[in-house]
Amino acid sequence: MPSVMLRNREDGKLLFYVAKKDLEETVESLEFDSPDKWGGEVILGDGSKYYFEPMDTPPDIPITLRAKRLESAD
Amino acid sequence: MPALSKEETEALIQEVLEVYPEKAKKDRAKHLAINDQELEKSNKCITSNRKSLPGVMTIRGCAYAGSKGVVWGPIKDMIHISHGPVGCGQYSRAGRRNYYVGTTGVNTFGDMNFTSDFQEKDIVFGGDKKLAKLIDEIEVLFPMNKGISIQSECPIGLIGDDIEAVAKQKNKEHEKPVVPVRCEGFRGVSQSLGHHIANDAIRDWVLENRDGDDSFETTEYDVAVIGDYNIGGDAWASRTLLEEMGLRVVAQWSGDGTIAEIEKTPKVKLNLIHCYRSMNYIARHMEEKYSIPWIEYNFFGPTKIAESLRRIADHFDDKIKAGAEKVIQRYKAEYDAVIAKYRPRLEGKRVMLYIGGLRPRHVIGAYEDLGMEVVGTGYEFGHNDDYDRTIKEMGNATLLYDDVTGYEFEEFVKKVQPDLIGSGIKEKYIFQKMGVPFRQMHSWDYSGPYHGYDGFAIFARDMDMTINNPCWKSVKAPWKQDDADEAPMAASA
Repeated sequence: MPSVMLRNREDGKLLFYVAKKDLEETVESLEFDSPDKWGGEVILGDGSKYYFEPMDTPPDIPITLRAKRLESAD
Repeated sequence: MPALSKEETEALIQEVLEVYPEKAKKDRAKHLAINDQELEKSNKCITSNRKSLPGVMTIRGCAYAGSKGVVWGPIKDMIHISHGPVGCGQYSRAGRRNYYVGTTGVNTFGDMNFTSDFQEKDIVFGGDKKLAKLIDEIEVLFPMNKGISIQSECPIGLIGDDIEAVAKQKNKEHEKPVVPVRCEGFRGVSQSLGHHIANDAIRDWVLENRDGDDSFETTEYDVAVIGDYNIGGDAWASRTLLEEMGLRVVAQWSGDGTIAEIEKTPKVKLNLIHCYRSMNYIARHMEEKYSIPWIEYNFFGPTKIAESLRRIADHFDDKIKAGAEKVIQRYKAEYDAVIAKYRPRLEGKRVMLYIGGLRPRHVIGAYEDLGMEVVGTGYEFGHNDDYDRTIKEMGNATLLYDDVTGYEFEEFVKKVQPDLIGSGIKEKYIFQKMGVPFRQMHSWDYSGPYHGYDGFAIFARDMDMTINNPCWKSVKAPWKQDDADEAPMAASA
């Protein structure tokens, strides 16, 4: 369950950062991304998959969240 | 000597790896790579931030060096206690030339060494009492200090002293920040973890001190310069440019910086990060907690300066944008003259770098402005995100080496034959004895500043006087010299 720091990049994409892993990747897709539900499965630029516990409202970004690792790259 | 092709570079790496035993070879192979601009991510080609191999010569420092030497040390109005045996503080004292204004020993303490000088009895019975006594003594002898940081050396973690308790108690007694930093040297694989620990200590013990206190008058144009350690006056050369374009620099982290500036940083509008490696952690924290955006910038060489100034200005209104253009315009004649003078003397020279922090990628632009080419670069303690940012800056088929060993670096230099090497003091004399011009790029070889337009002029002069120094002709024995060495040099400066 790594702590993930989410922030908006200048071009509007969501950046997914795990300090302990030196992982800095863009979020390519997010399962739920609507005003009433946010979270679920995330796919990153390098193909790895993580999972955020779904929330009722989208969080204020930047924020640090716990994520579950589903599938690593390659 | 012409540039190496991709195949030749590959062959060179293989050749260098040949001497290692099987296991070491496998490990080191991951740290040596050929740059390929097509790649988006560095983890496809290079591994970094891993433990150095036992038995090879590495140039890395320790967590204490990262915290005391880099992040905390330059904060001038605090006293930084090297808590533990005397050597760590004494041998690293004043080595980084973080310039500051003030009267040393009265209101600033940058050049001084404070240590608890651990003896055998302190290891056996614990050093907390000694630390408490030391802090009280400091308060009597140097009453104008604005705070104290306790920089742990290895024994503190090993014997399990509770420096946090001492810090809390003394903080109450003296009503000044007393910050315990758990930067014992054995932590982590290099000084990089020390930076992180130091950032975390600032976050936990200093940054919130003025939360809820609005007495500090802010403006729309407040910025903080983060990760500039004022080596040879770098931060001053950067600060003038920012102020000229209309911004107000509230804090300098941490070269010529004070603890008051650090406490005020959460009130700024934008954090400007120069050394990403050592201070990105705190910038990310401030973005999350105080919603202060941060950007990386690069003040080496006119091309990158102009790029950075415009990027910084993009975060502000038209007044600042116009200010940025004015600054670039104002210095144009100056830096054009520098380029006109030195470019003919330096054109086409090839450089190999091996440094720490931000410089392996940041100085590339400055060399390119002088018509030089960087053919190899590497970080002592960089992470993947550093290499991500390096790939695009470097040419294709150039060498990348992470935590390069003494042997590898020497062999690379013998084969690539660069005209200049930029690295640290530990490499300097090997290469000078080999007859290769060398600049010490950690503390600018006792010169500087190199940041900003003013710094660029000094940078160009230093590179010229190193590369074109007549002494290099005298290194080779007369009977080994051939006529090719007599190539005429461009018009003298």
